[in-house]
Amino acid sequence: MTGSWPMWEVFVRARRGVDHVHFGSVHAADGESALQAARDLFTRRQEGVSIWVVRSSDVVASDPDDEAELFEPAADKDYRFPTHYELPAEVDHM
Amino acid sequence: MEAQDRFDAIIAADERIEADDWMPDDYRSTLIRQVAQHAHSEIIGMQPEGEWIPRAPSLRRKAILTAKVQDEAGHGLYLYGATETLGVERADLLDLLHSRKQKYSSIFNYPALTWADVGAIGWLVDGAAITNQVPLCRCSYGPYGRAMVRVCKEESFHQRQGFQIMLTLAEGTDEQKAMAQGALDRWWWPSIMMFGPPDTESVHNARNMAWGIKRYTNDELRQNFVDMTIPQAELLGLTMPDPDLRWNEERGHYDYGEPDWEEFMQMVRGEGEMPAQRIRVRKSAHDDGAWVREAAEAYAQKHEAAA
Repeated sequence: MTGSWPMWEVFVRARRGVDHVHFGSVHAADGESALQAARDLFTRRQEGVSIWVVRSSDVVASDPDDEAELFEPAADKDYRFPTHYELPAEVDHM
Repeated sequence: MEAQDRFDAIIAADERIEADDWMPDDYRSTLIRQVAQHAHSEIIGMQPEGEWIPRAPSLRRKAILTAKVQDEAGHGLYLYGATETLGVERADLLDLLHSRKQKYSSIFNYPALTWADVGAIGWLVDGAAITNQVPLCRCSYGPYGRAMVRVCKEESFHQRQGFQIMLTLAEGTDEQKAMAQGALDRWWWPSIMMFGPPDTESVHNARNMAWGIKRYTNDELRQNFVDMTIPQAELLGLTMPDPDLRWNEERGHYDYGEPDWEEFMQMVRGEGEMPAQRIRVRKSAHDDGAWVREAAEAYAQKHEAAA
């Protein structure tokens, strides 16, 4: 039946030397037509030089309810940041 | 933390709600209705201008208008994608449009009578849409805000090409200038009604502002648009069809007359032949494309089976 085309997540590399970035999603019957749809939808104004499409159902995502458990422990480890270390002015550009 | 508390904290900190987050049912249903209506408006909006593609006065104007109408289709797709993150299916949204259970902006129920109307639509209708959409880039619902960023980037070309059509006509023969004036007369009031009823009549203003879905009230946005557009009309040498329009030194804004809200309500109710025609055209485009969708699906299945 129509309307049951799977959804694909679209990632576009804006120019050589930078990462692919998530741009949005398209519906398409297969990967090849998803690529064509993504090209037509997202890159009509030189927005990119390369496109990836990934079936949305293949994305494994962290649960928003786990946000605190996963990411908050980093907050009290400021010794991981260079600014934690106070150095004499002479070498502070280190 | 309770789910509701976390939602409230995110809103209070002016951060964004994302697709997988818990959200109140009312917040979700409000967004589904608003973003779907926005998506429907984009694809129905292809019709009044699309009709002018074969009649555009030059090859360059034809190419420009084709690009603009293609953008509107793309905006529809961005917005359907954003709606789907709220847990609805695109096919169901199209059914709701075709059965007229969900609305689209009633501005697209006005006909584009002349080539000048194409200019006025770009200048005024897209201008009003931009005024409305720029604050939506900061909407509290992340996927909607991000879709709006893309839409706004593309929309600026639409308004500029519309103004340029008006400018060309306004600098032309008396007949061309009259055409431009006629289009302004037809589109001014519908454009300022695009911001919706006055704040005193708007039921959901306060709640949607508190949720960060809306950032400015209908009347604030309307005033912005009026203030911005009047100098542009003066530059064109055209006359605004509003005798009450004058600069108010004290307020630092233009005063303007009262739109015909009765007409607005008639348009919102979708009375008359035009809304029926818009849906008929939309539905037949969908039905005529069914074989393409089925063929693509059959091809994909065949290749998947072979792999």
